[in-house]
Amino acid sequence: MNIVIYDGSFEGLMTAIFEVYEYKIKQPNIVNSETQTGILFGTIHEVQTNRDKTARVFKKLKDKLTPNAFSQLYKSFLSEEREIENIIYRYIAYVLSSKIAVENDYSNADVLLLQQITRKVHREKHRMEAFVRFELTKDQLYYCLVQPDYNVLPLISKHFENRYADQRWLIYDSRRKYGLYYDLQTVEEVSLNFETDMNDANAVKSICDEKEELYQQLWCTYFDSVNIAARKNMKLHIQHMPKRYWRYLTEKKSTIF
Amino acid sequence: MSDRIKEKLSILADAAKYDVSCSSSGSNRKNKDKGLGNASNGICHAYTEDGRCVSLLKILLTNFCIYDCAYCVSRKSNDVKRAAFTVQEVVDLTINFYRRNYIEGLFLSSGIFTNADYTMERLVQVAKKLRLEHNFNGYIHLKTIPGASEELMKEAGKWADRLSINVEMPTEKSLALLAPDKKREDMIKPMQYLKQEILANKEEKKLFKKTPSFAPAGQSTQMVIGATPETDLEILYMANGFYKTMNMRRVYYSGYVPISNDNRLPAIGTPVPMIRENRLYQADWLMRFYGFKVNEIVDKQNPLLDIDIDPKLGWALRNMDMFPMDVNTIDYQLLMRVPGIGIQSANKITAARKFSRITWEHLKKIGISVNRAKYFIHTDSEFEKKDLQPMQIKQMIMQEGTSKYKPNFSPQLKMF
Repeated sequence: MNIVIYDGSFEGLMTAIFEVYEYKIKQPNIVNSETQTGILFGTIHEVQTNRDKTARVFKKLKDKLTPNAFSQLYKSFLSEEREIENIIYRYIAYVLSSKIAVENDYSNADVLLLQQITRKVHREKHRMEAFVRFELTKDQLYYCLVQPDYNVLPLISKHFENRYADQRWLIYDSRRKYGLYYDLQTVEEVSLNFETDMNDANAVKSICDEKEELYQQLWCTYFDSVNIAARKNMKLHIQHMPKRYWRYLTEKKSTIF
Repeated sequence: MSDRIKEKLSILADAAKYDVSCSSSGSNRKNKDKGLGNASNGICHAYTEDGRCVSLLKILLTNFCIYDCAYCVSRKSNDVKRAAFTVQEVVDLTINFYRRNYIEGLFLSSGIFTNADYTMERLVQVAKKLRLEHNFNGYIHLKTIPGASEELMKEAGKWADRLSINVEMPTEKSLALLAPDKKREDMIKPMQYLKQEILANKEEKKLFKKTPSFAPAGQSTQMVIGATPETDLEILYMANGFYKTMNMRRVYYSGYVPISNDNRLPAIGTPVPMIRENRLYQADWLMRFYGFKVNEIVDKQNPLLDIDIDPKLGWALRNMDMFPMDVNTIDYQLLMRVPGIGIQSANKITAARKFSRITWEHLKKIGISVNRAKYFIHTDSEFEKKDLQPMQIKQMIMQEGTSKYKPNFSPQLKMF
């Protein structure tokens, strides 16, 4: 086994895959330098992320894949799942080694797996588009903290930019410590240090717009009123709104704190 | 002031919840001039404890009503709290909920006060105000009030994404029994009008791209089931008719929730017919997406859907002479008809079999329900499940899975 270490970025992974071919590395095991833990066996090849090499991999893949299949590579990468680098590598190797288009060959384990992981990431993206609950601050910023299972902020940016074009907003991933900020012109990635504890109700109240609490209460009132008690089905409720998201949902928060 | 608005909201959301439609898709409204919102695929922002999706702010403008329809919680003779929103209150709620990403838009309906036109005019005002004063491009679904004038319907279609008129009951006879003030004709006529307007608008848009849309997400309707003695045959033929002749986007089936002691209706405490409702939706899906004709799902010999099994499995068991099928060769249309294989799996199987012969191992990984499909398909290996009778297959499939509805629907003590 030959270890190939890259910097954890998508471009880094593409460079790594380029170099596997360039240096004819047999049986590569591609690992992220940030998450790898003590390597005991095998030779080590370290990758310096390189724009040109990344571009060449992209170009080659764009020739061989439909745009949809091509986008699977980045989306599945955002899953941060264990071994995702090697799945992507094997997928690319299969695509490059085949004369015909194989992106729909679901009888191949890696093609199917990549499609399934992409779908999971897509589902999480969709959940974030659904479960973000903005709160309005005194200086008229709509902000929301999230902790998505996968690193989906890059995928939801366009949706929020198109939809909330006339309000300033911030969506912050408090696990990965970065966020998206829209200033009425463009969306930018930002890193911040929150000084206030967002779970402390009083601290939150002091920075919120005076109408914020009212609308949160109205939303909870609405949420309770549309429920039909005679049709109660908690299993379905939880299946659609898994409990791990509740702490961010205005209408469910009170049930856990 | 805030307490009063909370009370109003709780009364008028409570009264609107029996309208089941919560769809917010099918429109393609873009965000205009950096305004607020857009409407495209529809997102469910929350789910209530009954497991239903919340995608729109679904409220009545008022629950005052001049009609006395027995199945309706807002009927004139019912002793409930009454309330009414002002146009501005609905607009403020919609905008503020929308800005916080709680909803995709507004679904506004109303009890009928004074007369149909007076009511309809106020609904239209809300939509117009949202679009023009707030540059709101989110989704708007307006209920069309039976008997409202064509000018008002035309105006409504200009601002709304979807319009709907509820047919309420599956047959004219039931409507006459339970809603003596309402006439079937008052519902069918506006549907026809809307259908023509929607079609004409589509044609015009082909010629002049700038033509403003008219109800771009089409029209839908709803009927209450389980309140009256209609069979599934009558219900599904009715729905099929709406899809075919009215170009309905959706027909909704609303299992009757007992809310009244009226002796024309099931008594309070009667369980909501949730399984039946579910089977009707499954049948509806088969008609719309799986290429089934309505007479393949129900017919004179089988006027009721089987409660124990889904209608696709029911169809397969009635047509055992067509099975087993070879998963490597059968047509895509037939593949979708195999119990245990859905549209997504059928797509994957047809894509994958261009590369290699499909085995059971592949099918499992693709994610089909092998427990069901194994009685109806074979791969290269020998088909083992031959000589089973339809009843035996039904029993075996039912034993393998436990119905998600079982706990809800056996009020009796289990003896074994």
